Amino acid sequence: MTAEQIISAPKLIVRDLNFYYGADRALKDINLVIPEKMVTAFIGPSGCGKSTLLRTFNRMYELYPKQRAEGEILLDGQNLLDKKQDLNNLRAKIGMVFQKPTPFPMSIYDNIAFGVKLYENLSKHDMDERIEWALKKAALWTEVKDKLKQSGTGLSGGQQQRLCIARAIAVKPQVLLLDEPTSALDPISTAHIEKLIDELKKDFTIVIVTHNMQQAARVSDFTAYMYLGDLIEFGDTSTVFTNPKRKETEDYITGRFG
Amino acid sequence: MLDLYTRRRIFNALSLGISVLAMLFGLFWLGWILWTLLEHGLPGLGAHVFTQTTPAPGSSGGLINAIFGSVMMTSVAVLIGTPIGILAGTYLAEFGQRGWLAPLTRFINDILLSAPSIVIGLFVYEVYVVKVGHFAGWGGALALSIIVIPVVIRTTENMLRLIPNSLREAAAAIGAPQWKIITFVTLRAARAGILTGILLAIARISGETAPLLFTSLNNQFWSSDMNQPMANLPVVIFQFAMSPYEDWHSLAWAGALLITLSVLTLNIVARVMFRQKSNSQ
Repeated sequence: MTAEQIISAPKLIVRDLNFYYGADRALKDINLVIPEKMVTAFIGPSGCGKSTLLRTFNRMYELYPKQRAEGEILLDGQNLLDKKQDLNNLRAKIGMVFQKPTPFPMSIYDNIAFGVKLYENLSKHDMDERIEWALKKAALWTEVKDKLKQSGTGLSGGQQQRLCIARAIAVKPQVLLLDEPTSALDPISTAHIEKLIDELKKDFTIVIVTHNMQQAARVSDFTAYMYLGDLIEFGDTSTVFTNPKRKETEDYITGRFG
Repeated sequence: MLDLYTRRRIFNALSLGISVLAMLFGLFWLGWILWTLLEHGLPGLGAHVFTQTTPAPGSSGGLINAIFGSVMMTSVAVLIGTPIGILAGTYLAEFGQRGWLAPLTRFINDILLSAPSIVIGLFVYEVYVVKVGHFAGWGGALALSIIVIPVVIRTTENMLRLIPNSLREAAAAIGAPQWKIITFVTLRAARAGILTGILLAIARISGETAPLLFTSLNNQFWSSDMNQPMANLPVVIFQFAMSPYEDWHSLAWAGALLITLSVLTLNIVARVMFRQKSNSQ
């Protein structure tokens, strides 16, 4: 049974994707299906292209002049790499959280309102509700509800990261990209975020890049193993971890390599 | 033969000693300057300095017209120079990765940054004073603003470059257009640093004499007309210190002390502000 057959509801379909940093080819003919409302993890050694692949989903690379992607990434059937696809619209549908917490230099409230205001014109009351909703979703509400006017940069690292998650989901995206979201956090904050990921997949399609194989095993439904720009193996997480088809995957997962 | 650890300790003590000596040497001159200023300036610093205009030879007077002129011209220079400096610095930091315009601008700005202020004075004399036919406060403000601009450009660019790219990416990832990323996120994050740059620019121009000699010149009387020659502290100090009169000398010392104290205060304010900002991040 192939992964494509397992996945009945594809959210993102990657077809023959190649990515270039200048002349360097960083992704080689990637074909992949990301299932809807599931957690898909990208694992692999440093430099394998897993973050690069993640950053093609919201065309993050367009900030940098020498980077380009070729191929197709279909979001609900529409090619999002198409130049005609409006970038801001795309990023409203696909939110992202980064490795290091990146709160904006403004209050906790404004951090979340910033994104919402880009797309919606809400009344004060509706905005308050949206912010409470997002903070509750991100399991941060009880800790910050009395200090919404305080600066977001004053929170602890784990809280900042949950604020960034709240900021991303406040826009009500369909897909959430997490680029090593816990690698800068302590174990307790990590556990918080992992629990949160489990909750969030009820509403969002989640793609997570992680260095931590235990984390991938804990949180994901599907796992993609990448090496040197190639997608080596993709399948449901339990199969990839207990019964990998490819020798390279087994070597990496059992710690004999990487 | 001493063991390795003892040798390291001796070497460490020696280097530390030399560094402390070098620091004391530098501080000694600064201390001496401040001491001399206080010694000569304080006795002359009475209420009359802030209430009377600069005196004719033999009569008594103060510095109020020069203080007012300096504040006016410095303010106008900052009002002209700051927006240009911040906009240009933002361009260099946020849009300057590609093309040839940004590196060229950066290079010219570096030259402007180290241009002798007398050259700037002569330039404004040629393009402004000669055209209008008389010395004027506007000319002084213009010359000073040309000194402000490169300082603000440089600090704005440097401060914006200190903002991690991940913050820009985060704002872009949520779908913000570039102008919003810059105005609401990066410029805001760099706010304290940019403000520090402006304060340092004010400190830089408040003692400039050469550009004012050719532009605003001086005015013995009270004048708030920027179209007329305007009194200012540096030029008054220059003229009074050269004079043979004892009371003029004491006014010159008082003026020098005033400038030094205000620059010192500005520097301290700038530093405290920057430190608070770094702590909160």
